[in-house]
Amino acid sequence: MARHLINTTVNGDCVEFVCRTGQTLLNVLRGELQLTGTKNGCGTGDCGACTVVLNGRPINACLVLGAEVDGAEIETIEGMAKGGELHPLQQKFLDHAALQCGICTPGILKMAQAYLETNPDPTETEVRFALAGNLCRCTGYDKIVRAVLDAAAEMRASET
Amino acid sequence: MNEIKTQRGGSNYKWVGKNTPRPDGVDKVTGRARYGDDMIVPGMLHGKILRSPHAHANIVSIDTSQAEALDGVKAVVTSADIPDHPMAQPPYPIIVNDLHDISRNVMAREKVLYDGHAVAAVAAISEEIARDAIKLIKVEYKVLQHILDPREAAQPDAVVLHEDLFTYGVEPKPTKPSNIFRVVNGERGDLDAGFTEADLVIEREFSSQPVHQGYIEPMACIATTSEDGAVELWTSTQGHFVQRTLLSKLLNMEMAKIRVTASEIGGGFGGKTTVYAEPLAIRLSQKTCRPVRMTMTRSEVFRATGPTVGSKTRIKVGMKKDGTITAGEAEIWYQAGAFKGSPTPRAVDTFFSPYTVANCKATAYDVCVNRPKVAAYRAPGATMACYPMESVVNELAKELGLDPVEVRLKNAVKEGDESLMGTKYGRIGLVEVLEAVKEHPHYKAPLGDNQGRGFAVGYWMHGGGLSSAAVNLMDDGTLGVATGSPDIGGSRSSMRAMAAEELGVDVELLKPIIADTGSLGYSFMTAGSRTTYATGMAVVNATREVIDKLRALAAKKWDIPVEDVRWDAGEAIATDNHKDIKPLSLKELAGMATSMGGPVAGHSEINASGQGAAFCAQLVDVEIDPDTGFTSPKRHTVFQDAGRAISPDYVEGQMQGGAVQGIGWALNEEYIYDDEARLQNTGFLDYRMPVASDVPMIDTVIIEVPNPNHPYGVRGVGEPPLVSAPAAVANAVENAIGQTMSDLPLSPPKILAALHAQAAGDD
Repeated sequence: MARHLINTTVNGDCVEFVCRTGQTLLNVLRGELQLTGTKNGCGTGDCGACTVVLNGRPINACLVLGAEVDGAEIETIEGMAKGGELHPLQQKFLDHAALQCGICTPGILKMAQAYLETNPDPTETEVRFALAGNLCRCTGYDKIVRAVLDAAAEMRASET
Repeated sequence: MNEIKTQRGGSNYKWVGKNTPRPDGVDKVTGRARYGDDMIVPGMLHGKILRSPHAHANIVSIDTSQAEALDGVKAVVTSADIPDHPMAQPPYPIIVNDLHDISRNVMAREKVLYDGHAVAAVAAISEEIARDAIKLIKVEYKVLQHILDPREAAQPDAVVLHEDLFTYGVEPKPTKPSNIFRVVNGERGDLDAGFTEADLVIEREFSSQPVHQGYIEPMACIATTSEDGAVELWTSTQGHFVQRTLLSKLLNMEMAKIRVTASEIGGGFGGKTTVYAEPLAIRLSQKTCRPVRMTMTRSEVFRATGPTVGSKTRIKVGMKKDGTITAGEAEIWYQAGAFKGSPTPRAVDTFFSPYTVANCKATAYDVCVNRPKVAAYRAPGATMACYPMESVVNELAKELGLDPVEVRLKNAVKEGDESLMGTKYGRIGLVEVLEAVKEHPHYKAPLGDNQGRGFAVGYWMHGGGLSSAAVNLMDDGTLGVATGSPDIGGSRSSMRAMAAEELGVDVELLKPIIADTGSLGYSFMTAGSRTTYATGMAVVNATREVIDKLRALAAKKWDIPVEDVRWDAGEAIATDNHKDIKPLSLKELAGMATSMGGPVAGHSEINASGQGAAFCAQLVDVEIDPDTGFTSPKRHTVFQDAGRAISPDYVEGQMQGGAVQGIGWALNEEYIYDDEARLQNTGFLDYRMPVASDVPMIDTVIIEVPNPNHPYGVRGVGEPPLVSAPAAVANAVENAIGQTMSDLPLSPPKILAALHAQAAGDD
């Protein structure tokens, strides 16, 4: 199978990797780049555990090929906390006990972060639909939705 | 809105009952936490499993030569590499772990028994090569007739899965093999007299489908074998000590030669309580002396790891006009899957145990069918028995014009009563739970068009059992707390809170970890809602040993009898007859320990009992779309006696998570097979679990009737919310459409058909 030399930016760092044509971005992140914070729950784009932000848009890394990201900017969970400070969403997930086993948490945090960029003041229903592609089997979503709403409020307050 | 109703009075606890920071929290929100598939070991090989495309077939031959010849393939294993074991003999425990069956489930031997049954496995230098290699393995099958339905499989002329399986628990002893492994009975009183006494008797049949635990992390493990035969296993499991025992017996190895480390676990719910790929990974690594990683795909998880049982039930219940349940009789057929051992005793215990029914009988049949071997799922065996009973009790109450909660109160079990399987209840909180329902605003809130309200109560007898803990004091006064119970839902917080409460120091001084099997005494699985109860008790014991040693240290320093030293709020304090002695803090004592006799640590190994029963009631409002038959849950309140909530946020989380799993079970989730018994919905798109937009906020009311057998009153919380949720949701649907429904899941096509039939009947 053909190999591709790809140059990309991951969490602000210039990264170069070689991948096979059929290799997914998820496989590259977890395997070649050893960024295992992005999780593999299904491999078919149904669970959202591998959500990362690609050129500003949240995507399922299992549905994108490594060869497609040449020149792109990728943000993963490993880049979410900055300078030793948790992102408000990360802090609110801890404050609200919005995780149990935690396997879906990185994907949900990246999805919520990308969503709040487009809608900083969502309703409960909007948050539920924004997260409808991210499965969580532990929490029943209640505390996740509360954490996202609370983080959004805090982020709005710190903007003004 | 969440609330806590406590019977304990105001407590002076500083950490117990408070929401303390979660020790593993930061690692989990930053992606740092390492789950099964997140470990990378130098020199690692990748394992893949070849699985059967047939539901029932004899294996005529397996030819692995082409796969072995492929460049990059390092080893191939088949059933010839897994030792055989004789069948287990009676008496059988509640959960049957027969090595004869497990060896055949991890790798098919004479036959394949379900679509997805493992047939061979390879280890190669890359995943791609491993995937290519399994396609080169040639298996010749002789396809046999398959059977999926438990009642059909229980018929005398049904095709038999195991020629050596004879039904246990019936007289006379059968001479012909059968798919029925055992028949479990529970009985009390006089059924005929009980039904005669009743003013109304309702008899109905129900069914439920197998549903998967649906943990988001697929099974993953890495086995490493060195040239001296020592095995290290890293795996996502609910019980690494249990795995060590099973693996050593299965593979005929000394236990000390297998060290198992539990990774962070991405959900289990009972599904990660046995071995699947682990023995294959070990065999492949033994053949190569290299680390072998095996990670299942989601499709493999659905096809080859245990869902819970599907069921058929016939139930008959009699009630007097005043609401007294006079008699109950139930028969239930459980799909064990390909191998015997579904949780039938739990079914028998579930039907009537919340109620003081004087005359009742329950019978459960454990039936093998061509489906994956079932595994536990959050209160295994209880949910599918709770659903028929609660449905009929609701129907009886409705027909007799009685309030469904009052009917439960009239029959509710209390301290001193017995479950059907003969367990005498200690201090239990069913009445308190029901009173809380009656007082809650949800109970009388008005309903809108096409809406219905459902109610159900669930019973579950929790697990106790074997747990070990160690508490290690460090020179600076901080402490390590080690247990052998994998933390799935935040139990490290609770362990830490209880140890901090005992010591009277800040929780942040304690670091809880999950120790590997080489570092601590045996601990049973994180299952049966037992961890905060049993392992928590071991942590309290171990902490008290540390405190006793610190008191002795202070006594030595002060040269007074140890009886004259007490421990309070993080300090050793001399009794009043030593007024001139200043207390010594934990930190001061820690600093002097090593020079005054040696390190200070405490440990505890226990077999906990007295955990008792717990009850959970749920109120559910749903709205039905009459055009599509789609059900939207609108309001959901969970009421549960937690004994004491050590970490209330995480207790609420258990209640909310269980409730939403129950919504999925009631409305959507099911295993769908084609005519060849091949599973059709092997991904999350077609196996549709609830997503955030499907459900409302889940309100909780934690009732605290402390369990007198635990130092902090813990009762266990994880399982009861799933016992009553499907029954409550189904009842809400019935009330919304004004019809009785009897086959879970109540998916849109079924509801639409019922609405159409109703409309046709009205015309």
